Amino acid sequence: MNAHVKFSAEEQRRMLDAELGGQYPDLRGRFGPYGGRYVPETLIPALERLEAGMREHLHRADFQAELTEQLRHWVGRPTALSYAPRLSAAWGAEIWFKREDLAHTGAHKINNALGQALLAKRLGATRIVAETGAGQHGVASAAACARLGLPCIVYMGAIDMERQAPNVGRMRLMGAEVVPVTGGDQTLRAAIDEALRDWVSDPMGTFYLLGSAVGPHPYPYLVRELQAIIGREARTQYLERNGRLPDAVFACVGGGSNAIGMFHAFVPDASVEIVGVEAGGRGVNLGENAASLSYGWPGVLQGCYSLLLQDENGQIHETDSISAGLDYPGVGPEHALLMSAGRVKYESATDEEALSALTECSKLEGILPALETAHALHGVKRWAKTHPGAQVILCMSGRGDKDMPTLQRTILAEKTS
Amino acid sequence: MKPSERLADAVRAASKRGEPAIVAFMTAGFPRKEQFREHLLMVASESDVVEIGVPFTDPMADGMTIQRSSQAALKQGVSLRWILSELRSMQRPAAPLVLMSYLNPLLQYGYAALAADAAAAGVCGFIVPDLPFDEGGDLRAALAAEGVALVQMVTPVTTSARLQQVCAASEGFVYAVTMTGTTGKNVAVPDTVIDYLKTVTAKSPVPVCAGFGIRSREQVEKLRSHVAGVVVGSALVEVLERGEDPRPWLRALRG
Repeated sequence: MNAHVKFSAEEQRRMLDAELGGQYPDLRGRFGPYGGRYVPETLIPALERLEAGMREHLHRADFQAELTEQLRHWVGRPTALSYAPRLSAAWGAEIWFKREDLAHTGAHKINNALGQALLAKRLGATRIVAETGAGQHGVASAAACARLGLPCIVYMGAIDMERQAPNVGRMRLMGAEVVPVTGGDQTLRAAIDEALRDWVSDPMGTFYLLGSAVGPHPYPYLVRELQAIIGREARTQYLERNGRLPDAVFACVGGGSNAIGMFHAFVPDASVEIVGVEAGGRGVNLGENAASLSYGWPGVLQGCYSLLLQDENGQIHETDSISAGLDYPGVGPEHALLMSAGRVKYESATDEEALSALTECSKLEGILPALETAHALHGVKRWAKTHPGAQVILCMSGRGDKDMPTLQRTILAEKTS
Repeated sequence: MKPSERLADAVRAASKRGEPAIVAFMTAGFPRKEQFREHLLMVASESDVVEIGVPFTDPMADGMTIQRSSQAALKQGVSLRWILSELRSMQRPAAPLVLMSYLNPLLQYGYAALAADAAAAGVCGFIVPDLPFDEGGDLRAALAAEGVALVQMVTPVTTSARLQQVCAASEGFVYAVTMTGTTGKNVAVPDTVIDYLKTVTAKSPVPVCAGFGIRSREQVEKLRSHVAGVVVGSALVEVLERGEDPRPWLRALRG
């Protein structure tokens, strides 16, 4: 475990009990020590209104009925649970995929985007802003806003616009305005900063549709609630098919929305090992990866106290990962809690390992995973070596079509040269 | 006298002379680290309080000018530690100093050490744009042990009940943000802003300074009878960025 994060067994037990007892987030928006609401005063009324609106609508029968209807007939839920026979034979464990890549727009992001857009509409928002890294949340937000007739502005780092060009076109086709962000590191972090600046300018009319389980309270909770359908479905499907629970579940972690969605239903199942896989980039040194849970220490970024990749002066460090969706120096507060409580193990996979796992999965299963997901695939491969014959579900968080420009430059370039 | 009282007194003293106190903001080490002391003394000579910006990689409440100045300062290696050591070792100006910093650099420095080192460096207060009132308890307590102020911000969308609470907790002065938005835009100072500033002034036990988007004498004139002070930030940073002497520009602001 991360050497910066030390808790006694007693503290760990207390945190896990509180998590299992549904006591997090607490009244101050915290998951144990993590979370909170570190934003300019201008955003406090907007966050309070969001929280009140969320508490009023989110779990109400009519809201849930509307959400379920759209998830079933427009998103395509429940998504399939697929057995992966050839990859299982190759890697030595029994591997199953929860197929979020089959959800509309090609990733789990739509679960959250749709839910928040429905909420925005109920709260009378006239304008939606969103940030995007890999472009998947931007596409999901654009789609949900088109479906519900809401104007959508997406902030995207200039570097990400280049490496995820197909998604920029998709957003524009669905009527969203995509605004390039040239400040900061020009990736996901800069896009969130810019979306926050936009929201500060119109806190009462604009709804900020945040795409990951990060940011100020209540976003980490709201996003988890909307993504938790992944794990609930997977758990039920697995029990129906196999009459037992899996030995492990895996997901990739950037901000951590697909992972928290996948993990949440399994956290109470003590027999199920839970593993999150971060972006190990090019190496273990600061600046070479985006693995904040593995290498970071606590701090405040973009509204939230969590683990961060930073220097000794508290400056946020630039990250490096082949996958734009994991290229973020922070992580959702609930993941920091689950690691601190000792319930979930977090590890990392390098760019090279992810690319190699992606190649194997494509060839053996006919599924091209997103580069983000490929990190978790490598984690499964590594785990399988020490757990022969054991059963594991991987959250296939998204499909890899969006990554074609990167794959052309890497794997495919090697093949043709 | 406690540093936080020195700060409040400086604002009050200026406004008693009939003009709002000028709280002048500069990003530490911008445009050049070597000129920090010289710029600080020049700015202080024509202002009532100097707000020194500690650069941060993710200044979410700031517009383009302060984003740019922060990045340039960081590139030259400016840090909170460096700023405090410069202040400790220089002939400090008479005008009280406050530091503007996002929370994470303060958190990593450690609150107890920060309060002691800031007091030793003659810092009278802190402005922390991403630390709303509710999350500020620990830092407020640590600074209070050294008599250093945590200046609270209020905005036009702050609810009435909250305004009361935040003003009551603010030390040195209350920073009344004139608009919803980031720093650096030009604001027209409409009547609704004046009404809001009157409300804040009525509720606040400490003087009120208006800031965000103030760049001209016309704006200062509109505000002068409604607030104790005005904060000028981006416009002054731009003056320094152009390599101009900040003193005539600050004098013109006073009319």
